[in-house]
Formats: sequence, C-alpha cells, structure tokens
Amino acid sequence: MTLSQHTTTPTKRKKITVLPGFKLTLGYTVLYISILVLLPLSTLVWNTMQLSWADFWAVITDPRVVASYKVTFGTALIAAMINVIFGTMIAWVLVRYDFFGKKLIDGLVDLPFALPTAVAGIALTALYAPNGWIGQFLPFQVAFTPLGIIVALTFIGLPFVVRTVQPVLENVGAESEEASASLGANRLQTFTKVIFPELIPAILTGFTLAFSRALGEYGSVVFIAGNMPMKTEITPLMIMTKLEQYDYAGATAIAVVMLVASFVILLVMNTIQWLVSRKYTV
Amino acid sequence: MSITIQNVKKQFGDFTAVDNVSIDIESGELIALLGPSGSGKTSLLRIIAGLEQLDEGAILFDGENITNIHAKERNIGFVFQHYALFRHMTVFDNVAYGLKVRPRKTRPSKKEIRDKVMTLLSLVKLENFADRYPNQLSGGQRQRVALARALAVEPKVLLLDEPFGALDAKVRKDLRRWLRKMHNEFHVTSIFVTHDQEEALDVADRIVVMNKGHIEQVGPPEEVYDHPNSPFVYDFLGNVNLFKGRMQNGQLVNGNFSVDVPEAETTSEAEAIGYVRPHDIHIERTKTFDDAVQANIIYIHAIGPIVQIELHRDDIDEYLEAELPKEQFRALELKRGEQVYIRPRQLKVFIPEDFSI
Amino acid sequence: MVISLDSSKQSVKADPTSLKEPRIVRIALTTLSLLFLFIFLVMPLAVIFISALRKGLDVYVASITESDALSAIQLTLLVAVIAVPLNTLFGIIAAWCITKFNFKGRNLLITIIDLPFAVSPVIAGLVFILVFGAQGLFGEWFLNHDFPIVFALPGILLASLFVTVPFVARELIPLMQAQGTQEEEASVSLGANGFQTFWHVTLPNIKWGLLYGVILCNARVMGEFGAVSVVSGHVRGLTNTMPLHIEVLYNEYQFTAAFAVASLMSLLAILTIIIKNIIEWKTAHR
Repeated sequence: MTLSQHTTTPTKRKKITVLPGFKLTLGYTVLYISILVLLPLSTLVWNTMQLSWADFWAVITDPRVVASYKVTFGTALIAAMINVIFGTMIAWVLVRYDFFGKKLIDGLVDLPFALPTAVAGIALTALYAPNGWIGQFLPFQVAFTPLGIIVALTFIGLPFVVRTVQPVLENVGAESEEASASLGANRLQTFTKVIFPELIPAILTGFTLAFSRALGEYGSVVFIAGNMPMKTEITPLMIMTKLEQYDYAGATAIAVVMLVASFVILLVMNTIQWLVSRKYTV
Repeated sequence: MSITIQNVKKQFGDFTAVDNVSIDIESGELIALLGPSGSGKTSLLRIIAGLEQLDEGAILFDGENITNIHAKERNIGFVFQHYALFRHMTVFDNVAYGLKVRPRKTRPSKKEIRDKVMTLLSLVKLENFADRYPNQLSGGQRQRVALARALAVEPKVLLLDEPFGALDAKVRKDLRRWLRKMHNEFHVTSIFVTHDQEEALDVADRIVVMNKGHIEQVGPPEEVYDHPNSPFVYDFLGNVNLFKGRMQNGQLVNGNFSVDVPEAETTSEAEAIGYVRPHDIHIERTKTFDDAVQANIIYIHAIGPIVQIELHRDDIDEYLEAELPKEQFRALELKRGEQVYIRPRQLKVFIPEDFSI
Repeated sequence: MVISLDSSKQSVKADPTSLKEPRIVRIALTTLSLLFLFIFLVMPLAVIFISALRKGLDVYVASITESDALSAIQLTLLVAVIAVPLNTLFGIIAAWCITKFNFKGRNLLITIIDLPFAVSPVIAGLVFILVFGAQGLFGEWFLNHDFPIVFALPGILLASLFVTVPFVARELIPLMQAQGTQEEEASVSLGANGFQTFWHVTLPNIKWGLLYGVILCNARVMGEFGAVSVVSGHVRGLTNTMPLHIEVLYNEYQFTAAFAVASLMSLLAILTIIIKNIIEWKTAHR
C-alpha cells in the first residue's frame, strides 16, 4: 500500500505580473491595430449604411456580380481541393521518402509564399497561353478560362496544405503504426484507419487557409483569367472595376458581401475543425 | 535573514492556491515545502520571491515588510524547476548575468566578475565547463549551474522550486547531500519545494507539509514523520497501512482485531481509520498476543537490510505491508505462502468526521 | 522509494521494411508529386528567367535600368524600408504583450491581428480609398492641406502595412508561447530590469523566428499587388511599385521588359526561401 504521490506540479498557472510593460505594450498594440486595421475596416460598414437597402441589393445581385461570385467561389473551392489531394501527397512524400534533391524541393514548396502574385500571374499565363510551353500541348484552352483561374489559385494555395500537414505527419507516432501492423492491418488499412484520421485536422486547416486565400486573391488571377464578363471575372476584380468607375458605393457593397462570406466560411470551417478535433482528441 | 509569512492568501480565479498561510523561518534555516501537486507550495515560493503577487497577507524579511517590493530588489536567489538557464549563453555568462546587469555604480569590474564566477564554478565543480552551453550539460550539471547563478548575486534568501525534480535517482541523491553541504557553507536562509517526502526528510531542518493551500504540519523531519498530526501527513510521509473500522465502546474494531483508543472513549458507532507504519507491524509464527490476527504471506522482497513483506489478512479481505530487519526475518524463517500472526505495535486512530484527535 | 521523473520519451524507430508501402506505390507517389511540383513551381520560375533573357542580356539590362523601372524599384525599396521596421516593431510588442501576460480579450486580440490575412488585398486597398480618397472621411482635409494620401506614397505605405500586419507577430507568438516566461523570470530574479531582460534574454531566444517573420513580411511588402494597385493610381514613374510596373509593361505587350522586372522579384523570392531554409537549418541544429 503505497500512498506517496509522484506527480509534477501543474503549469496551468496564471501568467505572472513581474515582467514589465503590460500596459505600454497592450496600449501600443491596440492603438496600432485600431488605426491601421479596425478603423479603416469600419469605414466599410459606415459607407454601406449610406446606401439604401434597395441600392445595396441592386448592386450585389447584379447578374455580372453574381456570376463573379460563382466563378470566385467555384474556382477557389476546386483549387483548394486540388491542394488538399496533392498537398497531402507531397507532404507524405517529403516526410516519408528519400530521394535525390529532396531538400531543394522541400524549400521550393514555399515559392508561392515568396513570389509576388503579379509575377506568378504573368508566368502562369505565359505557360498556359494557347501558344505557351504547356498550353500548346493541351487539347483544350486553359488561360483565359475558369481553368486558368483554378491553375493560378492552385499555385497560390499549394504551400498551405503541405506546410500544415508536414509537421503532423512527422509527429504521427511510429508506435501507433507499428501497433496497427502488429495487429494484422495491411499498409492501406493502417493509412486509412490510423494515419489519415490524425491528419484530418491539419488537412482541414490547410484547406481553410488555401480556400480563404483563394477567395480574395487578385494579382495572380487577373492576368490568366482574361476577365470576360459573366465568364471569368472574379469578385475582387468587380470591386476594382467599380473603383475605376469611381463607384465607391458599389465597390463597398461588393466588398461587404465578400467579407461577410469569408467570415462565414471561416466560422463554418472552424466549427467543423472544432468538432473533428474534439472527436479525435484522446 | 529571517522570513515571516503572515496570513498569505492567493487566488487564481476560483481556485485558492494559498489559503491563509503563516510561517516563521529563522535566519539560516533550510526549509522544505512538501506537498502534492496543487497544494500551493510552488505558489507560496513564488510569492516569497516576488514572482507572484499575493492577494492578502504580508511577507517580511528580517521584520521588514517587503510585500510591495519588486522581485529584482528583494535580493533573493531563485532556482527554477527546469533551471531556466539562458540557453544562448555559456555557463560562464549565465553565472555572470546577475552581476553584469547591475547598474554601473554597483557593478563589479570585469576581473572581479570573472574571479567571482570562477570561484563559484569551482565550488560547483564545473570550472572546466565555463564555455559550454546549457544544452551540452547533463541535468545534474545544469542544476548546479542554476544554483551557482543564483548564488552569484549573494542572495539573502535562496529559493528552490523542485530542485531535483527532473533528475534521475542517482544524481538526485548526490545533489541532495551536496545541497546540504552548500547550505552549511553559505548558511543562507533556504526554502525548497518538493513533492518527494524522502527528499524533504533527508535534507531539511524543518518541513512544512502543505495540502490544498494550507499548512498541515510544521516541524523537524523526525517529528513530522513519527508524529503526524493528520491522516494526510500520515499518508503523505512514508508508506502506511490502513485499518479501516468502526468505533465501539472506545475501541476500534477492524475484522477480528480491536484496539483501545483512550482518546475517544465516548465515541461510538463512528467510522474510524487506524494508521500503522509498515515497520510497526509485528509478525510472529505462533499466536502470543490475544489480538493478533492471522495473515498469509503473499510476497517477500528481501533485498537490502530491510525486508518488505506483503500480507493478506484472513479475517477480512485486505492487504498489508510489513517491514522488518533482515536478522529478524532470518530468525523467523518466513517463507512465501506461510501462515503468520500479525499485530500493530503502534497505531494512530483518526475518526474521519473529527480529525482533531 | 525514488521515482525518476526523467521524461525523455524516445520513440523507437519503426522497422522500415514492415512499415513501408510497396515499392511501386512509393515510386508512383514520388513521381506524381515531383511532376506536380515541376509543373506548378519549377516551370513558372523557368519561364520567367527564360522570357526575361530571350532577347539577350543587353535588352535585359536596359529593361531594368530604364528610368520608370528604376523609379519603381526605388519606390518598392522605400516602402519596404519604412513598412517592414514598423510592422516588425509592432510584431515584437504585440507578441510580448500577448505571450508574457494573461488578460481578458487576449484571444480576441490575436484574432484581430490575424484579420488582414482573411481580407482580400483589394478590400485592404479599398478601405484606405474610403478613408482618405477624395470622397472619403478625411479625404478633403488631406487634399486641402496638400498632403495627398491616396494615389501617393502614404496610401501605398498604409495598404502595404495593412496586409503585412500579422507576419512578424504570427511568427513570434507561438515561439514565445512555447518558450514560456521562466528565463525572463530568472533574469528579473537576478536583478535585471525590463529592458535588460528583453535585450539579453528574450531577443536572443527569438532572433531566428524574428528574422523569419521579417523576411516573409519583406517579401510580401515588396510583392504586394492587389492592395497597392487600388491605392496607387498607377502614376508611371511616381506611384508604381515593381509589381505594378510589371503589370503596366505586360499590358503594353512589353513582355521581355515585364519578365525582366519579374525576374528581379523572383530573385528576391528565391533569396527569401534560401534565408528561410538557412534559419530552419540553424534552429534545427542547435
């Protein structure tokens, strides 16, 4: 009957106050973010309220604008899904397999983070234009069609899934895989039943990041899209067009729709993620 | 420096970490704050250091109230649980840090700092490691650097949070002895936090046993070990056998065994628990005492001078642990599976409703 | 009884043969991944440099030393020199505040700092037009005082600051959270003041993460297109940054010149990635 207890002291202790600068740093942080981000964003709301409901509704349901929602949402969704599939696969290959030049390839995955979007845009257009390196071999047109937008958005979103899945894959314990194998599961079963469930939260995070980035993306898309009304105009471009016509009210209205939509999507994805992570946390 | 802790209270949200604690610590004492996790011992230590604000009460150093004095002005040395060595600095720079950050007026010269650091490093037997980085050291070495760093500022009080918690058994024993030696040399008032009763019993002049934010018992190791004043202290310090039973006419009845409890003659029909240390269990082959009960030897662990024996009582379905010196064990020629008679030599009864006995 | 609390969990490495996919699967997955990366990453990079140099080195050099190109490069560098330090300082201060103290609304503050990531760059530009444009809230005041914000350097700066607010803070917050406050507490207990603690203890611990945040922030500031495009007004030689200059050249069918400027930006991107990898290597080998 041993009654002595051996446990470590919990670290869930409230942060200490002995370090200086709380008021100063908090004040600076709040002030800076308010002036730079919150105040400007709030003018969106203020400007929208200048608009009558009928005008607002007319702007945001204009057929050309509605078509742009469909293009933006559809291409962003498809691109994010391509990123999930290939991003997970690339993460897997980079973590699990060895091959020549792996370090270089691994570093290259960050290129879309570092390359200016306009540069990516003209490069992809040059590749996929009907006379381009890739475009000339394809039986169908890519540049100046929704396919081109998908290509650009896939490029932009590629690192998100790879970089969120990679660290998780590195930490999936060899033990649970060994346990699965020792219990008689074959490799495919081990992957689908043991490894994949552990990756789901990371994949969802990567998907959300890639998707929300794709929704707002402008620079890489405008070059390859061709910007044909009703067909390949994206919503950020609609804002841009309104601005060029000095229609600030119209631009604001569309911007509000975009903002609300992306917050709803973030909220939904976060909820899904919360549900999933709750299910899988032991 | 003497330390007075007066009615200190500390709350984290709804959780009371330290609840009205008062202790007087004499100059030069080595005190152990002993308790399970969540007992408030670390919070109390951090409050003394000034790393945590207290909600109520006061801390006095040499009779002077320092409750509102900032940690960096208290002149304490704090050794952190995970050492908190500056990982980007060499051992030398770690130890020198407290001297180097002093205002220019009181800062020692480069040479003085160097001499002082090297003296301390040789004291902790790390003079050859001055240029190493913390991650190139073993756990025990890091602990010694942390101690040297704390001592470099010539603190009036040395506070150690679980100083040996993260070390393996062998190193722990060595460092324990070494801390004792260090304390004898410097004679600086020291308080260390531990959840390891053996460590506290081994090193401290006095032990403060804490539980759920308050103090259970304060006293020298022998006193706290031999005369615990509550079931908690009994449980927490050393192994113990429980004799759960009922009070009947001033007797604790537990299976076929009953014992007089003179302090509780009037108590009747109450649940009570008798506490018996394993070495207070008497074992005999033939029944000489009337109240001895029959038991079965389940397991014998006979390594070292003390033999541990696991027993199963025949009258009630309970297990006991007994300890006896090897000579006695040899004389009794005990074997696994044999029937013996046991009886507690000394037993302390606590009645759960009323721990005041 | 002594129990060791040493928690060095050493996971046993898996036996490679029993826990690997069939060879054919491995080869197929690797090939497919490499093909995808080749098409999506290597080819775009290659097309930039080849298109830039197609008409020879002379045309290349001429394209990037032409006066509009030079002024675009100057403007981009100027914006970066101002915006990156401002957001770096903000990132350090915000991370200190968020990781070293516990206060109500902490998570809300983190969310707000992240907000620019969720806002389309075009909208980021739009809001500054709404505030400082001719019809905007403060637009008239600034125009009357002869201090144009929109279609001028301040507007470009504000838009660039907006889109890159989170970069440094986002790198530092998890890092400083993981490092905890023990070293800082140790520093204070040894008598150091707040600035000494930050300078001697915190900063050396976060320097690599900080540098990482700074180079990412810099890459984005220099490369930002959407937000800057909205507020710049595209005044050639005056308010065109490098990405905007690329757009102008491209729309005028000066492809070689466009790709020449683009190749400069690609070099910056490659340099950014190289520094990032050096940092990762450094932090992994410490």
